[in-house]
Amino acid sequence: MLDAIGVDDIDGLFDEIAGGLRAGELEGVPEGMPEMAVNRLMERRAAQEGRPLCFLGAGAYPHHIPQAIWQLTTRGEFYSAYTPYQAEASQGTLQVTYEFQSMMAELTGMEVSNASLYDGGSALAEAILMAVRGNRKAKSKRVIVPRAVHPHYRDATRTIVRNQGIELVALDFDPKTGTTPLEQLDAVLGDDPVAAVVIPQPNFFGRLEDVDALTDRAHERGAQVIAVANPTALALLTPPGQWGEKGVDVVVGEGQPLGIPLSAGGPYVGFLCTRKNLARQMPGRVVGRTVDADGKTGYVMTLRAREQDIRRSKATSNICTNQGLMVTAATLYMSIMGPEGFERVARHSHANARALRDELCAIDGVSAAFDGPFFHEFVLRIDGRAVTDVLGDLAGEDILGGLALAPYYDELGDALLVCATELHGEDERKAFAEALARAVA
Amino acid sequence: MSEVPSDLKYTTAHEWVRVEDDAVVTIGITDHAQAQLGDLVFVEVPEAGSSLGAGDAAAVVESVKAASDVYAPVAGEVVGANEQLDENPELVNNDPFGEGWIYQLRVENPDALDELMSAADYEAFAESEED
Repeated sequence: MLDAIGVDDIDGLFDEIAGGLRAGELEGVPEGMPEMAVNRLMERRAAQEGRPLCFLGAGAYPHHIPQAIWQLTTRGEFYSAYTPYQAEASQGTLQVTYEFQSMMAELTGMEVSNASLYDGGSALAEAILMAVRGNRKAKSKRVIVPRAVHPHYRDATRTIVRNQGIELVALDFDPKTGTTPLEQLDAVLGDDPVAAVVIPQPNFFGRLEDVDALTDRAHERGAQVIAVANPTALALLTPPGQWGEKGVDVVVGEGQPLGIPLSAGGPYVGFLCTRKNLARQMPGRVVGRTVDADGKTGYVMTLRAREQDIRRSKATSNICTNQGLMVTAATLYMSIMGPEGFERVARHSHANARALRDELCAIDGVSAAFDGPFFHEFVLRIDGRAVTDVLGDLAGEDILGGLALAPYYDELGDALLVCATELHGEDERKAFAEALARAVA
Repeated sequence: MSEVPSDLKYTTAHEWVRVEDDAVVTIGITDHAQAQLGDLVFVEVPEAGSSLGAGDAAAVVESVKAASDVYAPVAGEVVGANEQLDENPELVNNDPFGEGWIYQLRVENPDALDELMSAADYEAFAESEED
């Protein structure tokens, strides 16, 4: 075959790639191992991870996942179904997507949901691209993103939008409250037009923002509003579709808390909901319910004409497929929990987080960094010992104590972001409080 | 062959252009173009006041099978758009040269209109594309 295409050897095929970029020999990877040996190796490695008590949230949250969810999700009918290009062939997959969209639209208080995106961070980037496309009146590519938005989301967004001439403007948080003040928004808005303002709820510090005032101010200035919301929190809080006078224009977030395990950071699932008038600017696709010639209910691909296989470089995004399997798990999670069960998860998470903060703040040298209401995460200030050392000690007791914030927010110094969910009852909290007391002593 | 009114000018992107008063032109897509696209489900019209260069994407027509751009035939400023298409995109299918017009442009340089095709030229062009 090499002869036929006029190449001397296999390396010739890779000439275009600079030598330094080629993988070469993979040192440390053995030639091959029998399956039994691989099993032993993997079990040993898995055991090293332990079964830590996890109080680390920061965008990925430990929740109870009922057994039925993955039992059903991994059934062959769901597990092997790829995105249906022959649209009507896969009614089961289409119906699950349709139900997912319906549930997400209801949860966020919006009119339209797409069939999912990759994750929360890329969903925010897509929402920003969409807002800039959809807000032609503003004639602006300036988008305001508070620093209280997840730092990884801001990084992912910067990477995705920076080559499209979109200017991301940071908005500081109040060092006392950890929230985004209206005066700060006014200062950054200035006199120049703005395409969109991003509002997190809860924000990265777990704090609840004054979403009504921020939404109204952004709208007054002709900017669209993009909410970044935690779906569990939405079981309790006002849906973004009702923030302020008019509600937000786009809602995005990470769907991992909806029945998806933490599993080393992925695969997760992003969601994106919007208003009907922006549906054509929305990336991805929409599945709809209809009737066939005999009047029987059926599900169809309703909107996907803006995808890249049709629109090429003019596509609204390069997302053609979706996180189908994660969507299946999230849909099953929401239906198995039901509105009441889901709300109880949110209430327990909130109550446990409040109790945990009080219990931890009773320890000498530990205090709350911010005042005011929060959902299921909060920031602690640790005096007298470096946070990384404290986290090291806790890990020694098989406890993941949270996220050290200094690498992301230098000004916060020895600050620790801690999360509690319905998994963290009295016993778990007590174990954490005792271990933390020993670590800071 | 589909209808090609003789009083209009045409582009190779299958738009028609009607010259009105005061350097204003009305623009739509031809009968041939709407037939090729099939039933339209959405038309995105340009914002009044936006200025377009010749060849800029001005509007989008979306059918059940494809979404295509409608280009500005010449440079100018958008002075109006057919808001009826928002609710009734099928007007483009039913009456492409009448009720299905898409937008109006105030032309920067009226001489540029001379570059456009006549009905006879367009008819020959569309036929040659078919082959």
